[in-house]
Amino acid sequence: MDLALSPEHKAFADEVREFAQKNLSPATRAKTFSGKHYDRDDHVIWQQALGRQGWLAYTWPKKYGGPGWDVTRRFLFENVLAEEGAPRIIPFGVKMVGPVIYTFGSDEQKERFLPGIRQSTVSWCQGYSEPGAGSDLANLRTRAVPDGDHYVVDGQKTWTSFAHWGDWIFCLVRTNPDAKAQEGISFLLIDMKTPGITVRPIIMLDGAHHVNDVFFDNVRVPVGNRIGKEGEGWTCAKFLLANERLGIAEVPASKRGVRSLRDIARSEPANGTSVADDPAFASQIADLDLQVQALEMSELRVLSTMAQGGAPGPEVSTLKIRGSEIQQRIAELTMEAVGEYAAPYQPGMLFQDTNETPVGPDHAPPAAPRYFNMRKTSIYGGSNEIQKNIVSKMVLGL
Amino acid sequence: MDLSLSDEQKQLQEAAERFVRDKYPFDARRKIAATERGWLPENWAQFAELGWLGMAFSEEDGGYGGGPIETMIVMEQFGKGLVLEPFLPTVVLGGGMIASAGSAAQKEALLGPMIEGKKQFAFAWLERQSRYNLADVSLKATKEGSGWSLSGHKGVVYNAPAADDIIVLARTSGAAREQKGLTLFVVDGKAKGITRRDYPTQDSLRASELTFDKVSVGADAVLGQVDGAFPLVEGAVDRAIVALCAEATGCMDAINAATLEYIKTRKQFGVAIGKFQVLQHRMVDCFTNAQEARSMTLMASLKIDDKDPVVRAKAASGAKVQIGKSGKFCGQSAVQMHGGMGVTDELSVSHYFKRLTMIDLMFGNQQHHLTRYSNLAMAA
Repeated sequence: MDLALSPEHKAFADEVREFAQKNLSPATRAKTFSGKHYDRDDHVIWQQALGRQGWLAYTWPKKYGGPGWDVTRRFLFENVLAEEGAPRIIPFGVKMVGPVIYTFGSDEQKERFLPGIRQSTVSWCQGYSEPGAGSDLANLRTRAVPDGDHYVVDGQKTWTSFAHWGDWIFCLVRTNPDAKAQEGISFLLIDMKTPGITVRPIIMLDGAHHVNDVFFDNVRVPVGNRIGKEGEGWTCAKFLLANERLGIAEVPASKRGVRSLRDIARSEPANGTSVADDPAFASQIADLDLQVQALEMSELRVLSTMAQGGAPGPEVSTLKIRGSEIQQRIAELTMEAVGEYAAPYQPGMLFQDTNETPVGPDHAPPAAPRYFNMRKTSIYGGSNEIQKNIVSKMVLGL
Repeated sequence: MDLSLSDEQKQLQEAAERFVRDKYPFDARRKIAATERGWLPENWAQFAELGWLGMAFSEEDGGYGGGPIETMIVMEQFGKGLVLEPFLPTVVLGGGMIASAGSAAQKEALLGPMIEGKKQFAFAWLERQSRYNLADVSLKATKEGSGWSLSGHKGVVYNAPAADDIIVLARTSGAAREQKGLTLFVVDGKAKGITRRDYPTQDSLRASELTFDKVSVGADAVLGQVDGAFPLVEGAVDRAIVALCAEATGCMDAINAATLEYIKTRKQFGVAIGKFQVLQHRMVDCFTNAQEARSMTLMASLKIDDKDPVVRAKAASGAKVQIGKSGKFCGQSAVQMHGGMGVTDELSVSHYFKRLTMIDLMFGNQQHHLTRYSNLAMAA
């Protein structure tokens, strides 16, 4: 066992950093550090650059066009990119549907869909949750009725991130209404341009539009777009969720968040010195810093097991729980460091290109909206209550 | 000892409940927040008519002889409705300071019209570097003939866009952060030399950044004593804190009620999610937190007029600590138990959550008041 990096790994980290500095647009990078929202191009241009380098699908095996990196390289890749201010890779293609397709799809499906995911020329979104199927995902009602070589899909998906940017959506649909909840579900890939699909924005509490309702009205989907056998969609769903839970711990972004919190605390005036000089505040940051270290080491232990051929088990739920709590706490302390200047609501500073100077310091406009928005992290990807149910049942056997 | 409301106080409570029920259903509130002014003059006129603008002031000052309990009763209902009219800056802070320290002429010119609903105020104390320290003031007032000239910056001044007069805390002598050497001035909101940058706040109120460039005022603009404003300001802010605490208890009651209703009706796994013990216990903790908040607010309302400033300060800080803690717990829990719906703009829950969050940041957050309380308690 060794925590130190080998010369090869150090060289690799340098290579990634150099790539990011050369290929990440300064405007996108600036948005990361100022807490501004990205637009579609920020994501697509960056992801396509990674795609050309062969790095976008960085968790994929070589066989499917991934770089076949070891755990250490993946870890370094994620961390260096976060340090350089790169936007998070949108997970729906590369992290979610891609692995489902290469694990459960036919050769023809692999050939058809994987290149667009690896190159980020096709944007994906996720059709899982429904108004009546949140924590109880297996309760989903969206129907897919066979009609010749097509399914006819009717129903509604909700909380669909980036559906307004998406070219394709992967959906859990009910193909057999008579089977037991989890057994009548299939996994379908649907072109968002198909007639009968409507996307309606959901505005979040910070004023942002990322998620949507997606309505399906008589949408005809070729049977060839089903992944796996009919009625076996739940297997794909569970496989995908385990990958999702690992990704949403967001450790590299939280490390960046703690660094940025310390910078803000140092720059925020208080009693003639700075907030960082307040021992009560400084110790809260230290506490958070240590929580991030514990989370990172726990994630590395899981990755190390996976590297030896293991699959991510139900214990990844603990990473999701802690990861989300940490992201929320970083946002909370950042807002508290800003103090009363967190109160002005400045949507122009969050959503638009503007030359105006903000009210208060540069880091003030996103502080409160981010705190509000981060409440979602303990809700999405399976609420933390559900994650605890999983751990208590699957890990502890209660 | 008697902790029950008098008949008059009960009537006041019912009237305030009625106002919120009639004028502040959530959709109506959304429309009011979207207007340019951000509140409705007709509601303000109704406050005057109902006597709410004068209820906490003595009869000599033209008021109706009530006090902090009356303010608490009304603010609590305002919290339930997320009421947007600028009661706190105008009546509690502005009116409060004028009643405590104003000359007879100032009371006549300012307090009388305020009680009639014809004047509004804003209180400009905060500066970029102040954080929660009321004495960290660098906006300078210098002698100019018989009057004064004010230059400097004030930030996050609630109700500045609508205020007829702005009560400005300025440094007339002394070093940075010295409590001595501060003076309050009543300045016409439209005075020459004031530049305003207006904006809405996270919780849909209106505030401004103000720049004062050689703003001239007469000697009669001084409120209270030259160089001696600090105790007056500290007392007024403590009163405002207790009023805010009452507003927060109203927010907590409303957000808890909405959450309770939601978990009784939202079904997953074939049952109402309120059947799950983990949510039941969390809901109980929300309820308990709101009870503690109500208790500390009531205690502070009963102590806030104590002659001993230490008793008063400890009561205000103690209540603010509790409100910070309980408000965060109830707000975060309500959002969590509402799931995805809790983080949308569509439901009222996120709006209560935002208001509770901003209340914690106003006039010192939980940590600030814990330290202040601790220092006062240690010194005793």
